[in-house]
Amino acid sequence: MLTVPIEIQILFAGILFLLGLIGLLVRRNMIYMLMSIEIMFNSAGLVFVIAANHWKQPDGQVMFIFILAVTAVEVAIGLALLLQVYHHFKTLDADSVNKLKDYN
Amino acid sequence: MNIFFYIAAVVAIISTIMAISGKNAIHSLLFLILSLLAVSVIFYLLNAPFIAALEVIIYAGAIMVLFIFVTMMLNVGIENKNGNKLTNPRKWIVSSILAAILLVDFILALKNVPASPSVDQVILPKQVGISLFSTYLLAVEIAAILLMAGVIGAYHLGSQKKKVTHRFLEKK
Repeated sequence: MLTVPIEIQILFAGILFLLGLIGLLVRRNMIYMLMSIEIMFNSAGLVFVIAANHWKQPDGQVMFIFILAVTAVEVAIGLALLLQVYHHFKTLDADSVNKLKDYN
Repeated sequence: MNIFFYIAAVVAIISTIMAISGKNAIHSLLFLILSLLAVSVIFYLLNAPFIAALEVIIYAGAIMVLFIFVTMMLNVGIENKNGNKLTNPRKWIVSSILAAILLVDFILALKNVPASPSVDQVILPKQVGISLFSTYLLAVEIAAILLMAGVIGAYHLGSQKKKVTHRFLEKK
């Protein structure tokens, strides 16, 4: 079966998480920001499954199912908010939604 | 067996980079689906076939389709110029090659699996279900409450409210 060292597997999940973080910090389009959050959730779940495989316990896979539920809720709420933002501001740029900002 | 893991990992990383650096939102979402499929192959290789199926069905099948519907509804990032035709191979050649590599990788990995996997190696869905509904029963109920709150919140936020103001009070 699979004999990849667990450091390499965790490194792969870390690279995916880092890519999601870079996307979240760099992109200003809200769709891309939500996508990056998805990537990060997915890599976190990947770490759980790696651990479940390493210790041969089903608990990690159970945690992945919970992450799946949280992700589904987050996407539904996030996309509803995104629709409202687009309806009000006619743009998806995260920097243009700054009505709460203090203008001195 | 290890080479399949590395190939799927490389496909996942490349398609994730393409997803977060793209210009067209639909193309980026399709690259993200490819990345999720590659991670699903990795789940399969990590002795978690149930999680691999869930990843394809829920992540790539439901969540990403929701994303694509919203992106199409907003109609942003679509340039209707000549460059967006399917006849332009630059638009689809990279993703096609990546998807073909992933498909071959997965088929070869399926063929290399021993005929009867030892039960103590693969974590079967039965064990996951038993653990889910005995040890983690309270967490399942909390997740159900969370999903309920999500449904209500999405319905409330998604509804378009009619503006009720007198026409003299409207700012021009």
